Amino acid sequence: MSGRADWPAHTVLALGVLLFLVPVWLLLAGSTLDPAAISRGELSMVPDLRNLGVYGTVLTEGAPGVGPVWRMMLVSAGMALAIAFGKIAISILSAYAVTFFRFPLRMVAFWIIFITLMLPVEVRIIPTYSVMSDLHLINTFPGLTIPLIASATATLLFRQTFLAIPDELVEAARMDGAGPWRFLKDILIPVSAANLAALFVILFVYGWNQYLWPLLVATDPSLDTIVIGIVKMIGTETQTEWNKVMAAAVLALLPPILVVVLMQRWFVKGLTEGDK
Amino acid sequence: MERRTIFPGWGLPVLLVMPQLALTAVFFLWPAGQAIWSSMTRADPFGIRTTFVGLENFADLFSDPLYLDSAGRTVVFCAAVSAISLLLALALATAADREIRGRALYRFMLIWPYAVAPAISAVLWILLLHPQIGLVGHWLNRIGIVWDYKLNGTQAMLMVILASAWKQISYNFIFLLAGLQSIPKSIVEAARLDGAKGFFRFRTIILPLLMPTVFFLVIVNLVYAAFETFPTVLALTQGGPGKATETLVVKVYRDGVINLDVGSSSAQSVVLMAAVIVLTAVQFRFLGKRGGE
Repeated sequence: MSGRADWPAHTVLALGVLLFLVPVWLLLAGSTLDPAAISRGELSMVPDLRNLGVYGTVLTEGAPGVGPVWRMMLVSAGMALAIAFGKIAISILSAYAVTFFRFPLRMVAFWIIFITLMLPVEVRIIPTYSVMSDLHLINTFPGLTIPLIASATATLLFRQTFLAIPDELVEAARMDGAGPWRFLKDILIPVSAANLAALFVILFVYGWNQYLWPLLVATDPSLDTIVIGIVKMIGTETQTEWNKVMAAAVLALLPPILVVVLMQRWFVKGLTEGDK
Repeated sequence: MERRTIFPGWGLPVLLVMPQLALTAVFFLWPAGQAIWSSMTRADPFGIRTTFVGLENFADLFSDPLYLDSAGRTVVFCAAVSAISLLLALALATAADREIRGRALYRFMLIWPYAVAPAISAVLWILLLHPQIGLVGHWLNRIGIVWDYKLNGTQAMLMVILASAWKQISYNFIFLLAGLQSIPKSIVEAARLDGAKGFFRFRTIILPLLMPTVFFLVIVNLVYAAFETFPTVLALTQGGPGKATETLVVKVYRDGVINLDVGSSSAQSVVLMAAVIVLTAVQFRFLGKRGGE
C-alpha cells in the first residue's frame, strides 16, 4: 500500500525462510561430501558436485543395513497412495450414507466412526499388534495400509461439505430422475472436488511420513518404507555413512514436497476450511 | 443439522457405511477393548497364565516414580514444543499478512515444510547440532562450549524440543495466516484511524479476534507433541541419555514392544486414551461453538 518497503516484515519473513532452507541446503550439500570428512566434523554448506553419484548408489544399491532406496520409495509410494485413495473412497461412501439416507442405527454408525478420532495408533500399540497378528497381517502390504484407512477426519470433512449443498440442487437432481449412484457421481463428487484434492495432499503426506505403524507391523526388510530405512541407516551412529543417509533423506523429501507444492492452493484452502 | 431431502430405502446406505464400520470395529474398537481388558490383567513371570487384577496396574503406574517422571517430562516437552512453534508461526503469519512485495513467494517458502516427515526433521537437526558431525554442534565444542546431547540430558531435551517444534511451524503458519486474513480489514483500519499502533493494536484488536484459531491450534499442537513426535525422539535420542527424553509414548513403546510388559503397557495406553478423549472433547466443544457463530 505505502511506497516504503516494510523492513521489519521482510526481516522476519526472510529469517523464517532461512530457518527452513538452511537445514535442507545443508542436507543437499552434505549428501555430496566425503563420508569420512563428515565424520571428522567437516560438514560444509558447499556441495562437491563431483560426488552426485551417491544418488545413483543409494537408489540402486542402498546402504549398510538397508536395501536399495528405489525399493523403499516404491513401498512408501504404494503405502501413501493406498491410504490416500482408500481413505477418500470409504469416507465419501460413509459420509454419503449418513448424510443423504435414513436407516436404522444411523447415528450409532456415525458415532462409532467419530470415536476413532480419539484412538490414534500411538495409544493402542500392543493390542493393535495382537489383532494384526491374529489376522495374519504382520509383514504384509495390506497390513501396512488397511488399518490406517479407517479414520473419522475425512468422513467428517465430507459430511460437512455435503451438509452445505443447497437443497434446491438435491431436489433438482431428483426431479431429473437421478438415482443415488448418479447423484453421487455427477453431483456430489464434482461439487467436492476441492476437498478431494486437499484431502489427497494431507493423506498422501500422512501416509508417506508414517513411522510407528510400519515399525510395528513390518519387520520384513522388503517392506521397509523410506522413512524406516533412513532411521535404520542412522542406526547406532557407529558406522553411519552420513552422505548416504543424507542422499536418502533428500530423495524421501521430494515426493511429499512435490505434492504439496503442486497442489498448494487447494491444500491450504481445504486444510483451513476443514479444520484439520 | 439435518438434510431435508433424502433418498428412500436403507439397504444401500447400510452397504455404503459397512466398509468403514468394519475397519473401525476390527482395527479400532477391538484393540481398544483389548487394551482396557489387558490393562486389568497380569501375566505370571513365565507368561503362561494371566490373572485378573482389577485396577492394580493403574495403582502401580501412578505410584511408579519412573512413570510420574515420564508424565512430568511429557508435560514440559508438550508445553515447550507448542509454545515455540506457535510463537514463531504467529510472528511469521503476522508479517506475511502485510501487503508487502513478494508475499506469495514468502508464503510458499513457509508452507512446503509441512511435507517434512518427523523422522527427517530429526536428520536435519542432527546435521545442525550433532556434537561431532553437526555444523553448529561441532563449532560449539570447538569454541569451548561443551555440547553433547548424547550425554547431557538437558541438552537432549532441548534438541528434541527444537526438532519437534521446527516441524510444526508450517502447520501453525497456514492456520494463523488464514485466521488473520479472515479478520475484516475495516476493523483493523478503524483501529488504525483511532491511533492504535503496532503492538498495542495487535494485542487489543487482532489477538482477541484470532483467539479461536490459537485455541484450536494449542490443542492440535499438544496432541502432535504428545504422540506424533515419537519418530523424532527415537531417531535423535532413543529416549536417552538415561531416560532424559523418554516421553509417555516412547515409554509405552519401550515397555510394550521391547520389554513385553503387556499389563503395564496396556494400562499406559488406557491412560493415554483418556487424555486424548479429554483433549478431543475440549476441541469439539470449542469447534461446535465456532461453527455456531
